[in-house]
Order: sequence, then C-alpha cells, then structure tokens
Amino acid sequence: MPSLDDLKKRIKSVKSTQKITKAMKMVAAAKLRKAQESAEKGRPYSEKMQNIILNLTKSINDTQNAPKLLVGTGEDKKYLCVVLTADRGLCGGFNSNICKLAKSNFKKILSEGKELKIISVGSKGLDQIKREYGNYVIKKFSFKDKKQISFNEADIIGQEIINLFNKNEFDKCILFYNNFKNVITQIPQAQQIIPAEKEQSNDNDEKLVSYEFEPDEDEILEDLLPKNISTQVFKALLENAASEQGSRMTAMDNATRNAGDLVDKLTINYNRSRQASITKELIEIISGAESL
Amino acid sequence: MSGKFKVEIISPEQKILNTEASEVTIPSYEGQMGILKDHIPLITFLRPGFISVKNQVESKYFVEEGTVEFSDNSLLILTSSAKDLKNLQKNSINNLLEEAERKIKDENSSDKEKFVLSHKVQSLREIIQ
Repeated sequence: MPSLDDLKKRIKSVKSTQKITKAMKMVAAAKLRKAQESAEKGRPYSEKMQNIILNLTKSINDTQNAPKLLVGTGEDKKYLCVVLTADRGLCGGFNSNICKLAKSNFKKILSEGKELKIISVGSKGLDQIKREYGNYVIKKFSFKDKKQISFNEADIIGQEIINLFNKNEFDKCILFYNNFKNVITQIPQAQQIIPAEKEQSNDNDEKLVSYEFEPDEDEILEDLLPKNISTQVFKALLENAASEQGSRMTAMDNATRNAGDLVDKLTINYNRSRQASITKELIEIISGAESL
Repeated sequence: MSGKFKVEIISPEQKILNTEASEVTIPSYEGQMGILKDHIPLITFLRPGFISVKNQVESKYFVEEGTVEFSDNSLLILTSSAKDLKNLQKNSINNLLEEAERKIKDENSSDKEKFVLSHKVQSLREIIQ
C-alpha cells in the first residue's frame, strides 16, 4: 500500500500531464480547422487536373509516342517510393500507419527482386524507415520551419521526382500519405503517380469528347504532366497536414480522458487510505481509553 | 448577347472564382482568345496576361500561367497565379516587372522562356499605366 504522500504526488503528476494533453488537443483542434479548410479547398484543383489528364489520355491513340511521364518507361524494374509523414510525434498512429503501409510495400517490391529507392518527407517517418530501409533512402525533405505548406514546397519535391525520372532512375513512382476522411478516420494510402494511373471510371462509358488543342496535344501534355506531379504531391501534403492534426486531436483527447480516469481512480484510493488511517487512529484511541 | 456559361478559376489553394459569364477572354499561348457560349471543347494553356470575365460588369485577373479546359459550357481555368486586378498592389507589380526584365536579359533563358517573359513584361506595363 503506497503512503498518502506518494498517492498525492502521483495525482499531482497525472493532473499536470492531463493539462498538457488538453492544451495540445486544443491547439490541434485550432490547427485542424485551418488545415482541413485548405485540404478541402485544394481538392478541386487536383481533381480537375486529373480529369483533364484523363480526358487527354483517352484521346491519345498512339501510345508508342506518348510522353513517358504519362505512360511510363514500359518497364517495371525500379520503384521510387515517396513517403510523406509528419515532423512531429504525439499524434496517435498517424506516422506508424503510413510507415506500416510503406514498409509492407517495400517488402513486396524487394521480394520481387526489384530495385527500390525512397524519398522521405517529414522527419518522423524517416526515423521509422531508417531502421530497416536506411540504405534505400536517397533523399530527405523536411518542412519543419514552414508554418503553412504552400505550393512551392510541393513543387520542390515534384521537380526532384521529375529530375530523377528524366535521369531514368526509376520506372514507377508511388506516393504514400494519409487521406483525410474526417477527424476520426484517416486512411493511409498508396497512390501511383508515374505512370499516371488510369482510374477506370465505370459511370456510363462517358461520351468521348474530342477536344480542340491549342497548341498541339504534345506540347500541352509536356506542360501539364510535370505540373500534375507537383499538384498530386501538393494534394498529398495538404491531406497529410489535415490528417496529422486530426489524428493528434483524437489521440490527445483520448490521453486527456485516460488521465482523468486515472486521477479518479487514484483519488478514490487516496481517500480510502486516508479513511483507513483515521479509523485506525480512532480504534487506537478508543481501545487505549477502554483499557484504563 | 448570347447565353451564359459557367466559369471557374481554381488555384491550388482555393477557388478564386465560380460564376457565370457571357464572355471570357483568355491569353492563350498563341494569342488572345474569346470564348462565348457553345464553344467547341478545348484544351489550351496560358501565357502571362489578363483574363477578363464579362458578366454585367467586367472583372479582370492577371495570370502568369495556367491550363484551360472548356467542355459542356463550363470553362475551367487552373492556375497557380491568378490575381484580381483590383487587389494588386503597385509595389508588387513593380517587383514582378523588375524580376521579369532581369530574366529577359539573362543569356541563359531559352527562346521559349523569353517569349513568355516578354508577354509578362508587356502586361505588367499595361497595368501600371
């Protein structure tokens, strides 16, 4: 049985932890609103961009001469994985979920005897990946000092990816990030960006619109495809930022609640032992008086 | 006047404009292009210049680059740099102008870049006047 003093100290320490988690939850909630807003505002851009690309792909008949960024190198040997994580911890399973998904993919790629290259964005994910796959990491990004992610950051990563592609460093590029569904659910996702994945939209076999291009198709694609890569990265970054805050908020909410439960339990214990010691003292006094 | 069609200008950060218009003029890569209702489906991209959206009133936006898609009477402009002319500060225009002029003199710029830059300089000068 711990002494009264010990219990008191424990209650105090749990309470101060609770205060911290509560504050973190509140900060996360405030940031979440902002992040969620920008994630939602950013969605139309990337969706429409993807749409245009899809429309363009449909109208291309000659796949041999189509730009490589769109159809890939035609080989399937070298993989580039871009893992997007947060720069900060204490956000529940956020970072681990992405890493788990990424690692299982790495394993598969390697077991098939293919070459693997990793670009990591965010320091927390790097820490987890480094242990097993440190040798494969070719580039690290971290935007720790940036308060708000802007398109520029995404563009830096996008340019890097395109550079590597032009140097023939990889055949396929996969993005790993958390998709923000709502505050409680974030779904880790793997999205292939090179070659552009053809999502077969099965809604009523869409009327094939024949577009007029100005200047010609190739030039537009040349301009559009690199932009699309950056856009997809940007989308992933935004979704990630929102997910991080959401995940942190729920994690900290849980922590606060757990701390509350613990304080309750400890307080009951404390009161019980206080009561016991009072009773003990009374018995001692009474039995002392009786024996006289 | 012909009928109206939907116009959307979207940047990666937000939707800048979502409205209807009777006529839109865009600075397409190969020249100014006016779009009215029932235009044929079109994909093109932009050079620096002004987008002017005509409804009862005319509003103008300065863009540096972008992609335009028109289909089913809805015009979609994806750009990372559309700015409403009304909100543009004189200082920032001058900064942009200086930078563009410096780049145009740079020997390393390709002809294509120079072409784009010259349009940028021209449109920026227009705003100042």
